[in-house]
Amino acid sequence: MATTTLSPPRPATRARNRLRRYTLRDRAALTLMAGTPLLLSLAFVWLPALATVALSFVNWTGIGGLTAMKPAGLENYRIIFTIYPQFPPAIEHNLLWLAVFFALPAPFGLYLAVQLNKQIRGSRIYQSILFLPVVLSLALVGFMTELVFSPTEGLVNNLTGHAGQNNLIDWLGNPRLNIWAVLTMACWRQTGYVMILFLAGLKSVDPSLQEAASLDGANELQAFRHVIWPALRPINIVVVVITVIESLRAFDIVYIINQGTNGLELLSTLITANIIGETSRIGFGSALATILLVISLAFVLPYVYTTFRKDTRP
Amino acid sequence: MTNTRPARVLLQTFLITTSLIWLAPVLYALYTSLRPYADTAKHGYVSLGGHFNLGNYTTAWNEADLPLYFKNSAIITIPALLITLWLASMAAFVLARHSFKLNLLMLMIFTAGNLLPQQAIITPLYKLYITIPLPAALSDSGHLDDSFTGLILIHIAFQTGFCVFVLSNFMRTIPAEINEAARVDGASEWRQYWQVILPLCRPALAALATLEFTWIYNDFFWATVLMQTGANRPITAALNNLTGQFFTDNNLIAAASMIVAIPTLIVFFALQRQFVSGLTLGASKG
Repeated sequence: MATTTLSPPRPATRARNRLRRYTLRDRAALTLMAGTPLLLSLAFVWLPALATVALSFVNWTGIGGLTAMKPAGLENYRIIFTIYPQFPPAIEHNLLWLAVFFALPAPFGLYLAVQLNKQIRGSRIYQSILFLPVVLSLALVGFMTELVFSPTEGLVNNLTGHAGQNNLIDWLGNPRLNIWAVLTMACWRQTGYVMILFLAGLKSVDPSLQEAASLDGANELQAFRHVIWPALRPINIVVVVITVIESLRAFDIVYIINQGTNGLELLSTLITANIIGETSRIGFGSALATILLVISLAFVLPYVYTTFRKDTRP
Repeated sequence: MTNTRPARVLLQTFLITTSLIWLAPVLYALYTSLRPYADTAKHGYVSLGGHFNLGNYTTAWNEADLPLYFKNSAIITIPALLITLWLASMAAFVLARHSFKLNLLMLMIFTAGNLLPQQAIITPLYKLYITIPLPAALSDSGHLDDSFTGLILIHIAFQTGFCVFVLSNFMRTIPAEINEAARVDGASEWRQYWQVILPLCRPALAALATLEFTWIYNDFFWATVLMQTGANRPITAALNNLTGQFFTDNNLIAAASMIVAIPTLIVFFALQRQFVSGLTLGASKG
């Protein structure tokens, strides 16, 4: 991990670079080298993102070409916010996901990182174990959720004696319980992710500062507050962004369990149901997607802007 | 720092307990996968006793034709991975080693694009995919959707953003004098990229390759929506169809899950350092 500790130098060659003359061949090469990936990103990510917004104002089943498209104004949004029964639970579950990710994996991941950053025996092994779920796919975590929370065959009910017919807890089928089973397993994976990020951030904390703090008689909590926490600021921002994005992207686990129905509705599953379901409603699905897009851009754009504005100029 | 003995014992106890809880789901899946269904039906799932064998594994492997889906995963993951790294390293070279006016904007477009939820762009993307024609040799449907090409393409378009971000951060740490020396020697921009900068990026490329392999292999959403033909799905997405059809009990599902996890477990055991440094290379800049 030596590479992560290198900080970008600030070469004094900026002025010279600006003045440099490129040959025609070099200019063509540079244009192609940056242009090809840029074009792909624009065509397959940003064009669909813009089209999502545009399509949210039309009524279109997707059949009969572009001519079958009818302008709908804000009708799709009106339906979503007033009479679409799946929307309130979906928003609730997305917000719950976000709240739980902020309340549990984020602080717990930080706590584990701080503990494992100390010189303690077995630190590497603990790190590896906690990190294991991060390499597994979210789809696989979905199957794990079924194995662990299956009512009669699952680990949880069998351990707690609730697998019998008379006191069965239906973790996956009960619409008031299943989101918690899913969130438990989502946190299982997210904690290791956050822990790894914080561990990388802790490497940048000056150990001599920590020593000085302890020599001055600071207790562990004081040292954390005044020495470690301020140094973690850049990583905190990354963790916030990742927590938000992962909560909005949540899809695979619930889709594996029941395709995001019956207590597991999420914005992402509603959108998917509206394009690959029996009745494809392009305009309506796009309006749902626009809501998701706007929420995520509200976090992504300020993050990207503040990250790059500072010192990314070569 | 508190280095007293009771405090250390307490911490170790806490870490051991946490680790055991963290391992429990995986160990339970492994344990279940090794027991025949008849035995778990008789003794219960959380029980000792009965037989242990690889029967569930051979059943899952043969009856559901898992080799086919592994092949699909390879057909998608390997080209997507290589092209993503190649395109991203070229873009990063332009963005990190030159000072063009549009560089900052391009970097933002790449990075922000990778952070969007896939579902936010899927509706028009899906329409785009069923509209863009493709030669019959490349696609059964005659269009980008339901084809390996289409899946490879979306992985490239989506993952390039993250790799440009990481690689341009990395390339910025290489001293500018290196390029100047090459330039004095009359090396073209392409040669400076290919022969000077790219070889220096090997550690970052190795880290990204590990990370991107895992992410592309682990993809569920793109393959579920954009690949309708079940037999062409990569294994991560195929498992969902196969459940219920071939995998009727939890023992078989557990065995199939363990099989699907093997490539990522290899990453975990052999390439963990690369994986972690790929993640933190992306995060260390904030």
